[in-house]
Amino acid sequence: MTTTQEAKSRGAALLDGIKASSWSSRLAVAIVAALVVLLLIQAVQDPGQFVSQLLIGITNGAIIALIALGYTLVYGIVELINFAHGDNFMIGSFVGVTVLSGTFLGLGFFAPIDAGSGAGIKIVGVILALIVAMIACGLINVGIERIAYKPLRNSPRLAVLITAIGMSFILQNLGLVWKGPSQISFPGLISDANIFAGITDAVAYRWKDLFVILVTVPLLIGLSYFIRGTRQGKAMRAVAQDKEAAAMMGINVNRTISVAFLLGGILAGASGVMFGLFNGTTVFDLGFRQGLYAFTAAVLGGIGNLTGAVVGGILIGIIGAMNDQYIGVRWTDVVIFTVLILVLVFRPRGLLGDRSAVQGGGGE
Amino acid sequence: MGRRRVGTIMALGVAAALFVAGCGGEGGEQGSGGGGGGDDPTATIVSDLPLQGSSRARQETIANAVTLALEERDYMAGDVQIEYVSQDDATAQAGKWDEARCAENAQSAAQDEEIVGWIGPYNSGCAAIQIPILNEAGLAMVSHGNTAVGLTKPGGEPGEPERYYPTGERNYTRVIAADDKQARAGATWMSDLGVQSVYILDDQETFGVGMADQIQQSAEATGIQVLGREGIDGNAANYRSLMAQIAQLNPDAIYFAGITQNNAGQIVIDKVGAGMSNEDVLFMGSEGILEEAFIEAAGDAAEGSYITFSGLPASELPGTGQEFVERYQERFPDSELDPLTAYGYEAANVLLDAIENAYNADGEVTREGVLRELTATRDYDGVLGTWSFDENGDTTLTELSGQRVRNGEFELDRVITVEET
Repeated sequence: MTTTQEAKSRGAALLDGIKASSWSSRLAVAIVAALVVLLLIQAVQDPGQFVSQLLIGITNGAIIALIALGYTLVYGIVELINFAHGDNFMIGSFVGVTVLSGTFLGLGFFAPIDAGSGAGIKIVGVILALIVAMIACGLINVGIERIAYKPLRNSPRLAVLITAIGMSFILQNLGLVWKGPSQISFPGLISDANIFAGITDAVAYRWKDLFVILVTVPLLIGLSYFIRGTRQGKAMRAVAQDKEAAAMMGINVNRTISVAFLLGGILAGASGVMFGLFNGTTVFDLGFRQGLYAFTAAVLGGIGNLTGAVVGGILIGIIGAMNDQYIGVRWTDVVIFTVLILVLVFRPRGLLGDRSAVQGGGGE
Repeated sequence: MGRRRVGTIMALGVAAALFVAGCGGEGGEQGSGGGGGGDDPTATIVSDLPLQGSSRARQETIANAVTLALEERDYMAGDVQIEYVSQDDATAQAGKWDEARCAENAQSAAQDEEIVGWIGPYNSGCAAIQIPILNEAGLAMVSHGNTAVGLTKPGGEPGEPERYYPTGERNYTRVIAADDKQARAGATWMSDLGVQSVYILDDQETFGVGMADQIQQSAEATGIQVLGREGIDGNAANYRSLMAQIAQLNPDAIYFAGITQNNAGQIVIDKVGAGMSNEDVLFMGSEGILEEAFIEAAGDAAEGSYITFSGLPASELPGTGQEFVERYQERFPDSELDPLTAYGYEAANVLLDAIENAYNADGEVTREGVLRELTATRDYDGVLGTWSFDENGDTTLTELSGQRVRNGEFELDRVITVEET
């Protein structure tokens, strides 16, 4: 008896909710529901292909998410969109390819590490490339902040924004001078073989995809621990909430901001190397498009919100893959940005809200 | 009467010169220069090439070839003193040709009456912008590298080629075979290799889309089933989803119509990565990816790719072509000859001969005269063999070639002869 009453009241509440909602949001829910149903029909028809595409989307999305974190982290603290971040990511991939080549400034340090090297050397090479790129990009990001953003901290927002765009071009041109205008190839250190080769042929999941997840997840956990669990993380949260009050409490604001940029740069370096190893090529203007996607992901999830950046990135990856499979490659950008516009129309603060990254990052 | 007028003008000129000299002292040369002009006919030719970005190496050989052609004539086309200006239509940022630069180059050349001939451009997309501008100016163009069909004849998009020629008069020619021939060569080659179905990708540029249309027609005409057609985004991070989708269709071949700079390397990497090795599913592309940059970007994945070229590589050229190769290597020992270089040389020579003929016929060099002589070129005996421009400004050459990537280098696989339509 009571259960039916409860069910009834819940139903009534739902009905009230629908009555209270606007036509536009009802329409949006209907569209999303229709799309999900269409996708599910496809999934039932050819589950193997659907799962393969889903996995491709998650992997591509994970890379975007890692870049997006850099945007969102910095935005959460200084409310600046660091446009140079995408190009720092490109520099990260260049650093990675240089480390693997074993030669820098004409000096040969060790033999190039490529597809022919032994398994142990490959692993060491990948870890070395990641670490060097993370350090280099972290320092570059801190340097950019010190040189280009810090002196402008009290100027109008627009001035810093233009400076950020300027830094983006400077880094891009440095990349152009360093490695030239062509796509350059990354050594194939990670196997292209399918993990499920012996089990099923329907689903393609390569060691490369696993590699991306193996790099991304620890970085996410580490970042989240740093912000929630350490003293420095607490300082970051405080600075994000109120710079002046934080300074009065004895927090070194400048250092805290530098740390945020350092973290952003480290993520950019890691994702740069990962991108190169995963895709096999990199190019000097890579940062623009990938940065744009990552920035979109950050806005989609709610800028300043760490969980939001990850959700946004993976969502963009999945939408891209599904669109490639079922609609057509030439519509990918149209679809991704249509989704962005729709999300912003109905949830102007992004999917998870733009709460500051450092207040613990997301989670309602 | 005429003599008296000249005398009057000269007197005025001298008076003006004295006046100017009297006033400022520096302007004196200007006045006397006016009197001495008109003895030596001079003319300027320009080349318009993407000299930045990854096709730089290839395009520099073209500028070299034009220089060589001029040096061999002592910078004279008959009695006409020639000046040569090499223009760049690429930007460092884009790493390839840029629409704004193409338009700007054409507009400034259109203003400069001294310019009577135009060599290039290389990219068909750039040509689509430049031809209408230069058409209004009546400037003769000869391209070494544009292969999009629609530039000269129907078969491309609706409204082509008329929309490139607002004056209704043709001003554009090319020494390289158009894509309809290259597509026929590609389809013939695929069918020789036993291909029964193909998936076509294009890079959504003028050249890529036109080439893809042509290959689609030729493949269907040859009895090869076209499983699908997709336009890719040249800046995408990867094409894994697309390749996973194509792999489902089990094609015998994947054809990429586009240029290296639109991520051709990544396409092959992802094709192979999706389980379609170059042995099982052959990869064919056109001239747009016949450059080192493609092999550099794709790495091992490029191995075994098939690439068609709208002409013959230097090694297959007739005797005069071989002599050119020797002269080129002697003059530019540091520059590696590209398959297109001979076409740049031929374009320069055919233009210079047209200037010479125009001067001999008219007694002066005008854009009109050069254009008339250029389009009238018939049975031209050059480094590419003996050929003519047809009524559309296209070459009558019918020998094309197919290259394969082996051990990280392009290697001539075969010469493919196509029929004239």
